[in-house]
Amino acid sequence: MNQNPLWTLFSLFAALSLFAVGGANAAIPEIHRVAVNVMHWMTDKQFADMFAISQLSPGPNVIIVALIGYHVDGLAGAAVATVAMVVPTCLLAYCAARTWDRFKDAHWRVAIQSGLVPVSLGLIGASGFVLARAADHNVVAGLITAATAATTFSTRINPLWIFAVAGALGFARLV
Amino acid sequence: MVILEPMPDSSLETPEPAAQAPSKPTLLELLSAFTQVSLAAFGGALPWSRRMIVERKRWMTNDEFNETFALSQFLPGPNTINFSVVFGSRFGGAPGAAMALLGLVGPPLVVVLILGALYERYGDIETLGHILAGIASAAAGLLVASVGKMAAPMFMRKWNSGPPIAVLAFFGVAIMHWPLPYVFLGLAPASVLLAWFKR
Repeated sequence: MNQNPLWTLFSLFAALSLFAVGGANAAIPEIHRVAVNVMHWMTDKQFADMFAISQLSPGPNVIIVALIGYHVDGLAGAAVATVAMVVPTCLLAYCAARTWDRFKDAHWRVAIQSGLVPVSLGLIGASGFVLARAADHNVVAGLITAATAATTFSTRINPLWIFAVAGALGFARLV
Repeated sequence: MVILEPMPDSSLETPEPAAQAPSKPTLLELLSAFTQVSLAAFGGALPWSRRMIVERKRWMTNDEFNETFALSQFLPGPNTINFSVVFGSRFGGAPGAAMALLGLVGPPLVVVLILGALYERYGDIETLGHILAGIASAAAGLLVASVGKMAAPMFMRKWNSGPPIAVLAFFGVAIMHWPLPYVFLGLAPASVLLAWFKR
């Protein structure tokens, strides 16, 4: 492999930044393919661990790219991977938002905007479903999901309290 | 929270539309709100963004939030990142977008790199995996509740094309495992057309 790893990181994540429709979790299979199968940066197990760490960390799921960059080339790798993943899509989002606001009252804009909402809601619902299926391997885990959903739907309790309880149940090896 | 009565004199100036969100965030408020969201956001930032913007700060109504989020989801790339840029630019232009983005990405980046460095050194700890599994189940439930809150008004309204479209999108991706771009390209044009001919 005579290619500079920083350049490989940059080109991988810059491309993903512009083509990952559906968010970071939708890009996970492609990141896995390149990092494990093509570049041999890490094993399957290491990749799964990094995904778990990115879930354990606060913040948007996309920060998994910083972990992969860090594993490949230290802090420089982390910086390059994060910038490549975040900056192109942000520039696009910024331009889109400006254009969007200029046509605030145009009928076509209102139609596009209100037409996209139900599609978006269905897709987010699907990620909730997929995440729950991936996480809930036993009855206790399923109950945690159901109880969290019911509690946060009907109250404004800070979900971190629920996470603390759920983490404690995990610590007690119930999950 | 104290809600100030409007001064009689100020009502002579251009009246604000009643439906608008009551307050606009400053640059510093944007940075601090998205920093709080990012540090609390385990298992994705959407539920936490909605909680901050709609329920706590009331910067947007539920419908405004849904529409802004739908736009950022339809753009490519990580959608909560897009959302922070779209939201920040609406209230503060380019500096607003930068502040929201910095708040959302900066702090978690530091945390995850510390965890990453610990991982490279100490490898896997089994107990950590179990704690993580418990939190993952709760995070899934949190996301389900957020979608429920976002969608409830749409399902309450009398007949509209929203609910069937939402159910179809859910069914295609969650149950049939169709590729997301196909589901999106199949449903979005139809949904936009229906919205166009409405009213």
